Formats: sequence, C-alpha cells, structure tokens
Amino acid sequence: MALTEPMRDVIDVADIRSHFPIFNYPENRGLVYLDSAATTQRPKEVLDAVRKFNEEYNSNTHRSAYKLAEKATAGYECARLQIAQFIGAKNAHEIIFTQGATEAANFVAYGWAHKFLKPGDEILVSEMEHHSNLVPWQMAAKRTGAKLKFIPFDAGGDLEYEKLDDLLTTRTRLVAVTHASNVLGTRVDVQRIITAAHEIGAVVLVDGAQHVAHSPVNVQELDADFYIFSGHKMLGPMGIGILYGKEKLLDAMDPILFGGSMIDEVHYTESTWADLPWKFEAGTQNIPAVIGLGAAIDLLQKIGLDKIQQHDALLTDYVLSRLQELDFVTVFGPRQNRNAVISFAIDGIHAHDVATFFDSKNVAIRSGHHCAKLVMKKLNMASTARASFYIYNNLEEADKFIDTIEKAKGYFAKWI
Amino acid sequence: MDLDDLYQEIILEHYKQPKNQGVVPKADIEVNGRNPFCGDEITLTLKIVDGVVEDVKFNGSGCAISQASASVMTDHIKGKKVNEIKELFQEFAHMVRGEEHEHPHIDDMDELSAFQGVSGYPTRVKCAMLAWNAMKEGLERELEKHGE
Repeated sequence: MALTEPMRDVIDVADIRSHFPIFNYPENRGLVYLDSAATTQRPKEVLDAVRKFNEEYNSNTHRSAYKLAEKATAGYECARLQIAQFIGAKNAHEIIFTQGATEAANFVAYGWAHKFLKPGDEILVSEMEHHSNLVPWQMAAKRTGAKLKFIPFDAGGDLEYEKLDDLLTTRTRLVAVTHASNVLGTRVDVQRIITAAHEIGAVVLVDGAQHVAHSPVNVQELDADFYIFSGHKMLGPMGIGILYGKEKLLDAMDPILFGGSMIDEVHYTESTWADLPWKFEAGTQNIPAVIGLGAAIDLLQKIGLDKIQQHDALLTDYVLSRLQELDFVTVFGPRQNRNAVISFAIDGIHAHDVATFFDSKNVAIRSGHHCAKLVMKKLNMASTARASFYIYNNLEEADKFIDTIEKAKGYFAKWI
Repeated sequence: MDLDDLYQEIILEHYKQPKNQGVVPKADIEVNGRNPFCGDEITLTLKIVDGVVEDVKFNGSGCAISQASASVMTDHIKGKKVNEIKELFQEFAHMVRGEEHEHPHIDDMDELSAFQGVSGYPTRVKCAMLAWNAMKEGLERELEKHGE
C-alpha cells in the first residue's frame, strides 16, 4: 500500500539533500540514488575541506617546520583523533590510515596473521563476507598452513550463532566477520561472536564498512580487536580507509609497507620502526582524503548516528512492507534487525536487465554478485539486484523504487 | 536513449526461446566464458570439420543480452568457415562498442544487427560479447593445437 499520510522522519532529508551537490547537477535532475552500499555521495562540507587543503595549505605532514606543513599535520592528526572518538577507540594512535577497508584487512593478514599463525591453526569467517574480508584470509591460510572455516547463514539470512560453540576450537586464532552484510543487509551480532571468541583466546576482526556510518559503533564496548572500514562509504572521499587495532596487537604486528616516515632509526643494513600509528603509514599519505573524512564525521555526528539508524529503519520497513505485496519479487535477507541494503530478484528478469531498466527511469541500483560470491552460491543466484538507502533518500524515492519494479515487470512481461 | 533500442524484439525472442542450447556430442572444442564482475557464465561446445563449424551449442545463465547474443551467434556461425567467423567477430565487436567500422558481413536485416543498440549502453557491451569472446578463445585454442 502506498503512503496515504506522511510518515514522520527523524531527520530533515530535504535539508540534508541540499548539502550534496551531485543532486543539483543539471544532468542528475530527478536521479534516485540507491547505491550507497557501494559508495555514498559526498556532501559539500567534505568537498570543501578537500578543496581548502589543496588550495590553502597543501604540504606534506610531519616533515617540515613551516606554517603550511604545521596546518596540514594538525588537520591530519585532528582527523585521526576525531575518528578515534567516532568509534570509541581508547587512543588516537590505534587508528591507522589505509587506502581502504580492503587494504586494512590485508594489513592484518600480512602483519598479524602471517606472523603469528601456524600450520593447523584456524581462521573462522562467515559465509556472508565481502571478498575483501574473505580473500585475504584465504591467502593467509595458504601461506601459513592454517585452516579456513565458515560460520554458515540460514535461509532467513542470519548467521547460525548456535554453531559457534563447535566452530570455535582451541586452534581458532582469528575470527573475521562483517558487522553488516553488503548483500543481505543482515546486522551481525558481533558482540556475541567477540565474547565467544575471546573465551577461547581468539582475536576478532570486524569489517564495519557497511555499518559504521549507519549505527553508533563503540569498539571498546564491543571489545573488538580489529575494526576496519572505508571513508567513501561514510560520506568521505575515496582512497581512504581505517584500520583500528588494540594497541598491543598493533605493537606486536609487523609493518607491511616500508620506506619513508615509518622508521625510527636507519642504518646501512637495517632500520627500526616508528611508534604507532606511523609505523604503518609509510610514504606520503592521502592527506586531503583524511581531512575530508574528518569533515564527513563532523556531518555524521551533527545529524546523529542514532537518528541515521532510525531513518534507515523507517525506509527499510516501508520498502520491505511494500515489497511483500509484490508476489513476483523475492527479497533476500532478514525482515528484522537489518540495515537499509535490500537485495531482490524479479521473477524471470535477470538482475542486469532490472538494473538497466531502473537506469532508464533514472534510478541507480546495483546488480551483480556484490563481491560476495559465497552469498550468491548459497542463495543459488548468479546475481541479484540491490537497492541501498541512506540519509539523502526519502519516502517518495522509496515509492519510486517500488513503482519502477512494477514497471520493469510490465516492460518485460510478455517475454517471461 | 530509448530502452527499446537495447531490448529489441529479436533479442527478447531469443532470450525467451534460445536456439542451440545444449552440448554438442563429441565436440572438438569446449570453452567457458565468464564475466567476473557480474557472475554470468556460458559454456560453448563446437564441432569443427575441415575448418567449418559443423555444429555449435551453448549452456549458460545470464541476462537477456548475453543469452540472446549466444543464441543469435550460434545460429550465425553454424556452417561458416573459421576464417569468416574471425572477421564476423571483429565486425560484431566494433558494432556493439559503437566504433566506426565497416561491417560487410552484418546485414541491417540480419539478427546480429539487433545488437546495435548495445553501443548506447557501455556497461552492457560485455554482456553482448560474452559468447563471442568465449567462441574466439575456443577457436584460437583449437588453431594453436593444430599449429596454425
């Protein structure tokens, strides 16, 4: 049933939209952007912060004693502190800048798993991981002789937590699990996994790429050992990601990249490493992206993560209830306790054809395997269509989404 | 851009009722094609006699464009010489990529020309090319085997 009376949203979507230049760009007039799980749009605050750096104080950090460099260094380190506070880290030096969440996972795979895992040790991941939190562990297992094991998910799209007791053994050294599925939308009870894993002494890495901009996250309350995410899925620039790690784990870890600014002492044939966090930040970093990410966090906090969560839930509930009325649509993933990522299939129409049809109606959705081939295998699908909603999406767009599904069905009807 | 340029009747008819589905018995060539970004897959089997494609069939799953393209392609290459098919491949590739090029072997009335509309949808070019790329790989492999 379409809306008959306005539903109350907890955030002012019209005002929020006005912060995003992409929606005002003439060619994008009428664009309904439903692919925030792939990347979020960038607000003018972020674009301005990046532009300001480039135009007003471009210089390299931590190197020079002049005003520009001091300002750049202050901006860079200030963003680190902001990010630490944003996820409730104990120390700013537990925040390591990387190119993205993928690189952050690889840092742990090379710097920690490679160093500490032995043949016969076990790495436990879930079946609903993005390839970025799966392939690095496949490689770590191959290199170290460790065994890769999987927490399955059930028909409803929830992890089978009751199997944890059997899956976690005395050989389990690492558990790598997503905080929220990028295909099914499932919110994972990482608290439960962390508690169980810690009982047997395993280290837990949480992939927060799909979650950290959608709900409040506190890594200390979760007691997560590593927490990774990417800037461009949280209103920030591309090319910047975060590796959070507990101090003692990061201290024990080897650096992955060697070169400038990560050293302490350098001799002819050997060197020693700088303290955290710089030990992991070799070479010139993506300074404007870090500063842009700081601006993104400012805006997220101004809107409020709890409000963003409520707004996401409002749209998700509405869309799911509308989809339930359409008997030719299959929705994947749980009905409750989920994020605003909705994968679906229209009977008889391939996901690519669905996405192309949506594009012809100016609605941007994703189609494909979403870099989660294990999920696809389990769903017995080669690909799905996926719509993901965020703070700049409103209920009218949700209606247009449903309407476009119905139109797609009509367009292809005589062929299926 | 009109969506009907992409989803022409011929294409959707082939999608609904694909021709040449299955496996050629005692095939000389078996080749898989995959679009790693979308998960679409196709398996082609071909029987080659004296440099001519005597029979060809496909199995696979994918979107309307990739499946219809496989159906139309198999129809067109059956009975053709391997050398002719190479030329046809080039012409088809130019056509779906929207590159200016002569295509003497593709008649405007011919079913292959139904894929002209793909050129307006760059993300769908790989769908139209899936079966063609697989076929090219298979034929090249076969030629190498015979030291040609």
